[in-house]
Amino acid sequence: MNLHGFGPQLLQGTLMTVRLALSAVSVGLVLGLLGAIAKSSRHAALRLLGEGYTTIVRGIPELLMVLIVYFGSSTMIGAVLRQFGIDTYVELGPFLSGTVALGLTFGAYATEVFRGALLTVPRGQIEAAQSLGLGRWHCFHRIVLPQLWRIALPGLGNLFMVLLKDTALISVVGLDEIMRKAQIAVGDTREPFTFYGCAALIYLGLTVLTSGGLMALEHRANRGYRRARS
Amino acid sequence: MSFDTGVILDNFPKLLTGAVLTVQLVALSGLGGLALAFPIGIARSSRRPWVRALPWCYIFFFRGTPLLVQLFLVYYGLSQFSAIRHSELLWPYLRDPYWCALIAMSMNTAAYIAEILRGALQAVPRGEIEAAIAVGMSKGQILRRILVPRAVRIGLPAYSNEVILMLKGSALASTITLLELTGMARTIIAETYMPVEIFLAAGACYLAISFLMVRTFKLAENILNRHLRHAR
Repeated sequence: MNLHGFGPQLLQGTLMTVRLALSAVSVGLVLGLLGAIAKSSRHAALRLLGEGYTTIVRGIPELLMVLIVYFGSSTMIGAVLRQFGIDTYVELGPFLSGTVALGLTFGAYATEVFRGALLTVPRGQIEAAQSLGLGRWHCFHRIVLPQLWRIALPGLGNLFMVLLKDTALISVVGLDEIMRKAQIAVGDTREPFTFYGCAALIYLGLTVLTSGGLMALEHRANRGYRRARS
Repeated sequence: MSFDTGVILDNFPKLLTGAVLTVQLVALSGLGGLALAFPIGIARSSRRPWVRALPWCYIFFFRGTPLLVQLFLVYYGLSQFSAIRHSELLWPYLRDPYWCALIAMSMNTAAYIAEILRGALQAVPRGEIEAAIAVGMSKGQILRRILVPRAVRIGLPAYSNEVILMLKGSALASTITLLELTGMARTIIAETYMPVEIFLAAGACYLAISFLMVRTFKLAENILNRHLRHAR
């Protein structure tokens, strides 16, 4: 396959895609955890907030989400800042917009995964922690969270694969990731099949690598359970 | 924040025509994907490795790459080959963004539906198939009368999820110049410079469509599983 010297460019795009996916997943994991805590809270207002977040974000196309964040954020941030008497123009670049949009989407789906995992932690353990005098934060951090991770990992892994493919959407707002680099190469060489095919192969490679990494992570998370199952 | 509802009302008819195209794309690619998925899913659950290999590759490719890449490969990519550009049979379709979107979306969703179908086929209780063999049904009869009807009922909830994902995927058709809901919203914004209002209105349209779709599938599930209602 003749890449007309665009190989290094595609490689740079791949690095950008990986960076975007990693930063979006870290935002998404935090949002997902917060969402799950809100949804299983005792306060009705928090539950409503969590419910609204997941319903709205999961019903809106990812592409629309990206466009809303990229084109709408400066208006919305400006309006909020004006309430505090600050009159400046704030703009999120393509990378930040992509991180926020994909993180919001990941978080909404991860909320459901975490919520399911929260339910599997036996009530007795939490009571035991309370009777030992652990505070609420300690109880969550030391008892619930370590067990949550193991149960939630397969679900989160699937979501990460979806996120990885959704990074292609950020090319629409001009981030120099794989798709955008391929578009530039196509504009120059007039060989769309070669470069989009190449992009497809890179995504396939990333998917394979990720699923390998996820399998290793799951293996590690389950190391305490290995003997019991066989 | 100044939120202009007037601009939403003024452009609502336009958004609605976009929504019609979105629904059309989702419905047609949902049906096309289903038709493609049956042979793929059935071949995928075959016991012979050489029958399983080809559908495995198909599913691996379409689930491992973004829909956007697939869309671009069909719409822009295929024109690289002069054989296709000079084919009188294919070119009128492959030149048209509408057909390209339908082809790419159908092929993409078929890969996911095929996996759903495989799971559903494997979830059909063994005893029912043995019973069918015992009363002397042929392989084709078992497939037609036992396996497929049972698998459809088992797989329907997952299929409805896939259709909702396709609804969200249909927004990508706007990248190849189709004026569906997202594309229409972007055109209106280019004229009015009101991104927040118009995008939020489009988002509300998507929410309404997905709500209606979920309702329809629930109804279909109830009708298909009506023989189970007494037991519950």
